Amino acid sequence: MSRLRLLAGPDLSLGAERLHAHIERLGPPPVVRGALIDVLETSGLTGRGGASFPVARKWRSVAHHGSGPVVVANGAEGEPQSLKDRVLMSTRPHLVLDGALLAARALKASQVVLYVGEEHRASWAAMAGALAQRPEPELRRARLVAAPHRYVAGESSAAVHLLEASIASPTSKPPEPHIAGVGGAPTLVQNVETLAHIALIGRYGADWFRSAGRRGGAGTVLITIAGAVPSPGVVEIEAGTTVREVLDMAGGSDPAARAVLIGGYFGAWVDFTTAQDLALDPAALREHGLGLGCGVVGVISARGCGVCETARIMRYLAGESSAQCGPCFFGLRALADACGRIAEKGSNADDLARLHRWARDVRGRGACRHPDGAVTFLQSALHTFAPEFSAHPAHWRAQAPGRGVA
Amino acid sequence: MSKHLEIAIDRIRCDGRGLCAELVPELIRLDDWGYPIIAAGPVPQHLISHAQKAVASCPVLALALRQAERRSRE
Amino acid sequence: MTDQLLWYTTRAAGAVSLVLLTAVVILGVLSALRFKAAGWPAFLTTGLHRNVALVTLVFLGLHIVTAVVDPFTNLGWVSAIVPFSSYYRTFWLGLGTIAAELLVAVVVTSLLRGLIGHAAWRVIHWLTYASWPIGVIHGLGTGTDAWSAWFFGVTCACVAAVGFAVVYRLVAGSRDPLAAPRASFRSEVERKSEP
Repeated sequence: MSRLRLLAGPDLSLGAERLHAHIERLGPPPVVRGALIDVLETSGLTGRGGASFPVARKWRSVAHHGSGPVVVANGAEGEPQSLKDRVLMSTRPHLVLDGALLAARALKASQVVLYVGEEHRASWAAMAGALAQRPEPELRRARLVAAPHRYVAGESSAAVHLLEASIASPTSKPPEPHIAGVGGAPTLVQNVETLAHIALIGRYGADWFRSAGRRGGAGTVLITIAGAVPSPGVVEIEAGTTVREVLDMAGGSDPAARAVLIGGYFGAWVDFTTAQDLALDPAALREHGLGLGCGVVGVISARGCGVCETARIMRYLAGESSAQCGPCFFGLRALADACGRIAEKGSNADDLARLHRWARDVRGRGACRHPDGAVTFLQSALHTFAPEFSAHPAHWRAQAPGRGVA
Repeated sequence: MSKHLEIAIDRIRCDGRGLCAELVPELIRLDDWGYPIIAAGPVPQHLISHAQKAVASCPVLALALRQAERRSRE
Repeated sequence: MTDQLLWYTTRAAGAVSLVLLTAVVILGVLSALRFKAAGWPAFLTTGLHRNVALVTLVFLGLHIVTAVVDPFTNLGWVSAIVPFSSYYRTFWLGLGTIAAELLVAVVVTSLLRGLIGHAAWRVIHWLTYASWPIGVIHGLGTGTDAWSAWFFGVTCACVAAVGFAVVYRLVAGSRDPLAAPRASFRSEVERKSEP
């Protein structure tokens, strides 16, 4: 259930915790020994930026591929429904900075960059203020860089590209950032929540981290609950907590609700009943062909329409293409148009066939994972809302942003 | 000694001119918007010279023939 | 007799070079415009463009060699390499040297495209828009035939063709459907200085 570790301490409404209070509560930042990567491996910590990639494996790759690596703390949070990174940065900035410091020292980094969404004003102020309080040389030299307010600006290679060439657009791989990134040096792009977990693992160890968690999950996770719930917002839960338990924390949800979106726009729809017993843990979700992503759990209301919501989100994702690759730009637009036609004018066999065909055509044919994420989202909608897609009347019932799923 | 080569594409450089699909249609076809869909896997031996022509013909150098390797996750 | 043969060969090879180079420029414009038609695939345009350029170099080489070797003109090999170094029609010949060298630079970099990369190749390729007109002016200024009807007519036809092609290209703009949205997105994620 709720298990406060990252969000433990003073009430979140009090804003950014200052350095002396942070040290008084948790002690000074731990001394880094070379064994930190081994400790992270034992802890089983996975990234909280969306891919759930094992942290130790990424650190080993960075350490392996050259000297003078760069550490980038990724607080871009481009996923519209996600709030967790903002909450973390604006209330516990020193946890994030401790994690960045540990990474910098363990990997012998040449520079530390804090990549914060330009529109997250409170986070920006909190991180800037926290940086100014730190005595450590690695953090005194750290740079605060604004991530442009576009969905793909938070992608790892886009962050690197912004630092290299001042343009936050994804670039072709190879090389992957953790092999050659900023200035050709291996670059660790790590989500701010992941760094906060590392700050605590560095103090208390892998066994402590794993002492939380249920149903085989390890540690805690920040979840953003969105949509048709009485109290949407950010909660910290033990990994492995079920969707039902999490929705209860947000005040319960309408039992007649149709579906849950797990992982945000980069995630997948699950039928409401099936979703209830899903454990929110990357490994458990992967067994169901799902991903935790950035930890957004969104409920569509009983009065909402899955087809219309899907069409609205597809329109958004198509508009967020960086327009560098034809299959992504034209493919997502065509998919969004077809969804829109079904939503507004009613189902038709041609558009349904097109959706299936184009989804297959587009997957894997962009330079980054944006089209893949959009296609995964769409295919989950076609599966979960199959009855609605095949017999949709001509109406438009997408929720306005701020209500419904987003 | 046979070579195991596969066609690699830089999706950002590619701007949908379609010469590649004209020159090795057995391996490359165009989607509804004119961008190449490349058959996965190694290039069959009898098509290697055609694949080389297709790679050389690309006006923006978006294609390359690379040593086929097992996909490994870093 | 041999002298006359050399002289005629120089003039003929020069005229042929002009016509071939005109064809190369037009094929290049067609390539940029992504010209395609039934029975005329895209690779035909680029293939012809490259091959005709190589043939042009052959005739250009013949033109230069016969001109230098011809005892009447008293040109040394130096004047074929260093512009404006000949006594014979210094200025007009010098233009020819420049045009030829620009063309050689373009062809060599095109053959080595894989090594220098697309961006560098593209910048150097723009030199063709200098090479062609300089070659035309060289032909009108140096050639004995310059103001003879046939050569003047051929030159006019070439100028008209290239003029039309280039104007069309400028008016048509980019044929890349992603050019506009890409630039639009780019302008939104460009950050020149840190806040």
